[in-house]
Order: sequence, then C-alpha cells, then structure tokens
Amino acid sequence: MVNADACIARQSPAIDRIRERKINMSDDNIIIDATTRIFQDLCDPQTITNAPDDSWKAPLWEALEESGLTQAWTPDDLGGAGATIVDGFDVLRVSGAFAVPVPLAETLLAGWLLSKAGLIVPQGAMTIAPARAGEHLTLGDDGTLAGEARAIPFANEAEKIAVIARRGESSVVALVDRASCGIAEGNSLAGEARSTVRFDGIVPEEVSDPVEGLDEESLVQMGAAVRAAQMAGALQAILDISVEYSKERVAFERPIGKFQAVQHNLARLGGEAAAAIAASGSLADTIGRADGFDDQVFLEVASAKIRIGEAAGEGAAIAHQAHGAIGFTAEHILHRFTTRLWSWRDDFGSESVWAVRLGEMVASRGADELWPLVATQ
Amino acid sequence: MSSAIQFDPIRLPPEAEALRVEVRAFLREEIDAGTFDPVTAPYREGFNPEFSRRVGDKGWIGLTWPKKYGGQERSFLERYVVTEEFRAVTAPTRVHFTADRQSGPVLIKYAPEHIKMDILPRITRGECCFCIGMSEPGSGSDLFAASTRATKSDGGWLINGAKVWTSSAHVADYMIGLFRTSASTEENRRHGLTSFLVDMKNTPGITVNPINHMTGFHEFNEVVFEDAFVPDDNVLGEIDSAWKQATSELAYERSGPERFLETIYILTELVRTIGDKPDKREAEGIGRLVAQLHTLRRMSVSVNGMLQAGKEPTLEGSIVKDMGTQWEQKLPQRARELSAFVDENIGNRANFDELLRFATMIAPKLTIQGGTTEVLRGIIARGLGLR
Ligand SMILES: Cc1cc2nc3c(=O)[nH]c(=O)nc-3n(C[C@H](O)[C@H](O)[C@H](O)COP(=O)(O)OP(=O)(O)OC[C@H]3O[C@@H](n4cnc5c(N)ncnc54)[C@H](O)[C@@H]3O)c2cc1C
Repeated sequence: MVNADACIARQSPAIDRIRERKINMSDDNIIIDATTRIFQDLCDPQTITNAPDDSWKAPLWEALEESGLTQAWTPDDLGGAGATIVDGFDVLRVSGAFAVPVPLAETLLAGWLLSKAGLIVPQGAMTIAPARAGEHLTLGDDGTLAGEARAIPFANEAEKIAVIARRGESSVVALVDRASCGIAEGNSLAGEARSTVRFDGIVPEEVSDPVEGLDEESLVQMGAAVRAAQMAGALQAILDISVEYSKERVAFERPIGKFQAVQHNLARLGGEAAAAIAASGSLADTIGRADGFDDQVFLEVASAKIRIGEAAGEGAAIAHQAHGAIGFTAEHILHRFTTRLWSWRDDFGSESVWAVRLGEMVASRGADELWPLVATQ
Repeated sequence: MSSAIQFDPIRLPPEAEALRVEVRAFLREEIDAGTFDPVTAPYREGFNPEFSRRVGDKGWIGLTWPKKYGGQERSFLERYVVTEEFRAVTAPTRVHFTADRQSGPVLIKYAPEHIKMDILPRITRGECCFCIGMSEPGSGSDLFAASTRATKSDGGWLINGAKVWTSSAHVADYMIGLFRTSASTEENRRHGLTSFLVDMKNTPGITVNPINHMTGFHEFNEVVFEDAFVPDDNVLGEIDSAWKQATSELAYERSGPERFLETIYILTELVRTIGDKPDKREAEGIGRLVAQLHTLRRMSVSVNGMLQAGKEPTLEGSIVKDMGTQWEQKLPQRARELSAFVDENIGNRANFDELLRFATMIAPKLTIQGGTTEVLRGIIARGLGLR
C-alpha cells in the first residue's frame, strides 16, 4: 500500500491552487462564476474522494436546485431558470471540470426535453430515455408505454424519467415516475449508474401533445452535445492538474515539467484539450442559434462527439503518464476525471457510432460536396 | 480553467460568406478555362504569374492592407475565406502567397514609406514574389545561430554567407532575410541579428543554386551571398534586434488554413474512390477524418477571429499548427488504409493512386517547414507555464 496521506500532502498545494482559480472561458460570465463557486464549495474533487460516505450529496443538490442551475434549460413559464442554451452548456463544461458526480446534466437534458414539448418541469433529479441512436419506445392507444432503453444514466438516482416515445406516426414526450420502471442496474467506469430501463405497461404521469421536429434522434444529438461539453471541461481540468503536478513533482533533482519529454507530452494534452474546447464551444453556439436539428447541427454534433471522444482517450493516457503511480491511486483525484472521460465517450453514441453515421452522410453527398459541407460558418 | 486556452466560437461574417461565393465562381472559371486542374495541381509547380495577376485584379492579395498600399482594408476573416478556398482546390498561388501572408505585413510594419509605396502595390497586383531567408546550413530550428553576415559599408551593408532551403528563391523578386550584424552577447544569445529586404533580381553577388526535393521537385534553394550590397533603407526594424519583431506575426503565420489543407485533395479523392456505399470500416474512417478536419477548421477560424478582435492567441496559434500538420501528415496513411479494398478499376482510382503516392512523399516536410513539431511543442509548453 502507498502511504495515502503522504501522497495527498505532496500534491495538495497544486490542487489548492486549481481550486482557487475560476473556470474562465467567456470573461465576466455570471453563470459560470456562480456555478464554479458552488462546485468549489460543495463538490471539490479531493474532498469527495476523501469522503467516507455520500453525505456531501444532499447539500450539493440543494444548492444546485436553489440556484436554478438544475433547471437552466427550462423557460420561466414552465418552472425554470430560463437561461440560454449556451449558458446551459457553459454550466455543463464547468461541471465536467469538477467531475460532478450527480445527475445535473441529465436533469438539464430532461428539463430541455419536457419544456420542448410544453410540459411543466418538476423539481428533483431526472434522467432521460432513450439514450442510444436506433432505440425507441412506444406509447400505445391504451396509454401505456412499451419498450426498453439501455445505458440510461443515473437511473438509480433520478426521481423522474423524461422519455420521448412514438405514438403512431408522431412523437410525444412523457414524464415517468422512475419507481414504477423495471431497472437492471449497470455501472459506468466511474461507478455511475448506466442501467437498462423497462417501460412495458407503465402509464406516464404526463403526456404531451405530438411534437413537431423532435424525436429520439434530437434527444440523442442533444445528449451527445451535453457529453461533449462535460468532456471538454474534464479535459481542461486534467490539463491543469497535470501541468501543476509537473511543476511540483521533483525527479532527478528538477521538476519533471523541466524535462522536454514531459513538456511535449503535456503540449499534446494541451492540443487535445484545445480541440475539445473548440469543438464543444462551436457545437453549443450552433445549437443555440439553430431552429432544429439540421445537417449543420448533425455535422457539429458528430464531429464534436468523435473528436472529443478521441481527445478523451488520448488526453487521459497522457495525464496518467505525467502523474506516475500517484495518479493510479484511489486517493488521487485524477481518476475522477479520467474514468468519466472514458465513460462519457460511450454515452449517446461512441466515436465509432458517430463516425460511421458521419462517414455515410459524407459518402452519400459525394466528394464534391465535402468541402462545401465543412467550409461553412 | 487556469490553462486559459481559449477558442471563442467565431463565425464568419456575412461579407466573408459573400466573398466565398465570388471566390468559388472565380476558381470554377479558372479550372474550366484550364488554368489548373485540382486533381493534378498537387504535383505541378504552382507558379503561375498570369493567374496571380488575375487574383490581384480581383483585389484578393493584400486584402487586409491599407488602401494606400493597394489593399482593401477588409477583415482577416475575409482573407481566411480566400485562403481556404484557394487551398481546397490547390490553386497555383506560389507567386503571391508568401508575400500576401508574411512579407507584406512585415514591410507595412517596418519598411520606410517610399519602399512600401513602391513594393506593396506590386504585391497586391500579383506581380511580386517573395522568399524568406532564415535557415542556414548551421542554423535551422535554432534561428539565432545564424551566421550569414551583414557588414556596414558606405550607404549600406555587404552580405556574405549562405541561406538554405529558401523556397522560391529562384523565382523571387525579393527576400526578407535575417543576417548577423553583431555577435550575440552573454546575456542575450538572440542579440545581433537584423532583418533586411534584399532585391533578388538586381543585386550583384547573389547566386541561387537549386536543391531538389526527394520528390524531384525544385522548390527550395541554396542562396549564396558574396559582397552583396543592400542599401541602408532596406533595414527592416531595429538593428541587432530582429528577435523582438518575430513574435506577434507568428499567430497569423501559424494558424492559417494552409496549415492543414496541404494534402486535402487526398481526402476528397478518397471519398470519390470509395463511392456512395462505403462499408462500415470505410465509413468510420471517413467520418473520423471529417470530424478531425472540421474541428481543426473551427480552431483555426477561432484563432483568426480572435486576432481580428485584437487578441493575441499565440498559444492557440501554435496548437493549431502542431495539430494541423500532424493531421495532414497522417492523412495519406489513413487514406491508404481506407482505400485498401477498393476495386482497382474504379473510376478515379488511377488518379487517386497517383495523388496518394505524391502525398505520401511530401508528408515528411509538413512537420518541418515553418518550425518543427518539437519547436512548436516547446512553444506550447511555454504557453502552459512549463518553461
Ligand atoms: C519544404 C521546406 C521548405 C522550407 N522553406 C524555407 C524557406 O523558405 N526559408 C527558410 O528560411 N527555411 C525554410 N525551410 C527550412 C525550415 O524552416 C527548417 O528546416 C526548420 O526550421 C528545421 O531546421 P533544420 O532543417 O535545420 O532541422 P534541425 O533544426 O537541425 O532539426 C532536426 C531535428 O532536431 C529537432 N530539434 C532541433 N532542436 C531541438 C530542440 N531544442 N529540442 C528538440 N528537438 C530539436 C528538430 O525538431 C528536428 O526534428 C524549409 C523547409 C522545408 C522542409
């Protein structure tokens, strides 16, 4: 066994410095500042790593609800905070930078889905279904749901599940009490629930009118965009943690960050983080301005999920390498980020899934349409 | 977070998109008229004075420069669109590109007025080709080891020594070169170099010797100086202090679309070769490449937008060049893998194979020219606070 206390003592000054810093993308952003403050106070990765139990969870969730952040994507008239789409993605990026282990992203997504369909958005933790391209649920004439959805995030903690289901030719959004669903629990690499949820025979609490221009595909694209933002935040965090650690950890009588091999690895990590920041920022902006889920949104979603998924794999490997053994311990915070990066890659379609879809789209449009597709905006 | 890497989601303004339409129409006409063929252009020389003159007539060289020097005072984002559209079809821009990107802006900043009034309008008309004289046999990545001397003489300077790898020196009208005017000092090893404008066509004592690429191409050269006289007016900036002048232009030079589009033709032709019914492996491969390209372009547009807004994204610019050149270097290999099972008799297969051979051959240079990968990563590491 390593001496955990000694290890943590050795790396804590770096962590402290990171803790004090602000997530700072668009300067003077009140929402980003407020979000950062809540996570600094109540969701500090080292504190959570050291915590003997889950007692940090309730105060964190309360603070998030009180601040309106859990309802950022819900308009005022449906019970929400009415922040913009881009604000919501900012919040999610910050949450990724703290490896936030509560269903904030899923609740935002559920709020977005419900309010798109004009349903009142309840308080409390929520999740969504389905979460994979190609899966669908149906709502029968008798008012009961049928079907199952796999890899549903935080199905164990959510009070409600916002689902999109097919009723005849059209799509409806429904609100389901999680307790009434059949759940086969599964876990992500970060130990968060990714469960299979069975909806057969369940009568939803609310059902919307048929919604135009919204289907399972919209939800999967929005979910992929959410994970892209979280991954970008987590990549920024592991870059910062790795740079700080490399300045402090001494080997062969100098900080390891003075070795060129280490510098070049971290420069590559910087590049991966940069790609993630650029791709997720562009995606958020595109969704924020788009009317629906058109080809341009598809290109942005697919590109971001593919490229940031790749960055997650590359970036996590480099961050671990820079940390040596300490980064491989349960006591260190690095795994809070890397395990989430690995698992977020798979949510709402992996790189491979999206790449096949994007490749098929490009091929069907033909060689001469490739450049015009890319060279827009 | 702290790393402060920033990529604002910059969008091209409507005037840039309007310009794109014009540029595409112009290029279409040139291609139809037989000026160049995108499918063979990669292994042609790319030196076409008539074409450059027509580009100049359009006002697309020196687009961002002051009007009094022949420019249009338009934005960097408009220039971005012109550059990327030209690159996407491998248009022959060798005459004007270096002057447009680098040399013109240096002159605007450091040359005396009468030189600006003389040379800049000629650049914008597409009549003036520049080369860059930095590297020497004993000085590559370590630019500050340059030893080619400029010694003070009556009314000017006498240059002695040699530059190497000087692209286009054999066709260039001018060189902007870095020469040693004093020894470096204990405190500052970068001290002692001065930037000069050299007239390549009318200066006795300059010999240009071709050096062929491994592809057989003649693009770069050795340039030998023997008592070549350069007048005092041609000193660009402060004597002995050229090192101070380099930094701010770097972001422009590093983040342009030319940093990831040099082998783009191979992706276009790969899509054509594979056709509209790719299998899963081919589709995945194309999808990843397009996602990577799209992301690079977003990064590059973002850096250029931040520059336009008066920010100094030096770190971001170096990242774009490092990642862009890595990508374009690997592209031929990926295309080779993905095309492995395509029928050899299919439509453009012969073209594709020829382009692939060429792209494979030129790939090594992509991460060397304009600053090596290792040098860039050193700069990025400094930006991250590690040096
Ligand atoms: C196609 C092409 C066109 C060019 N055109 C021009 C031109 O027009 N004008 C001009 O002036 N130059 C030009 N160059 C030269 C180019 O700028 C140099 O090749 C480049 O700067 C590298 O210098 P070098 O070739 O001397 O390699 P070196 O500096 O000798 O480097 C060799 C290897 O060592 C590595 N290395 C060097 N120093 C370090 C270090 N401190 N840490 C880690 N690794 C290190 C390098 O990264 C590289 O991998 C051109 C080059 C090419 C390939």
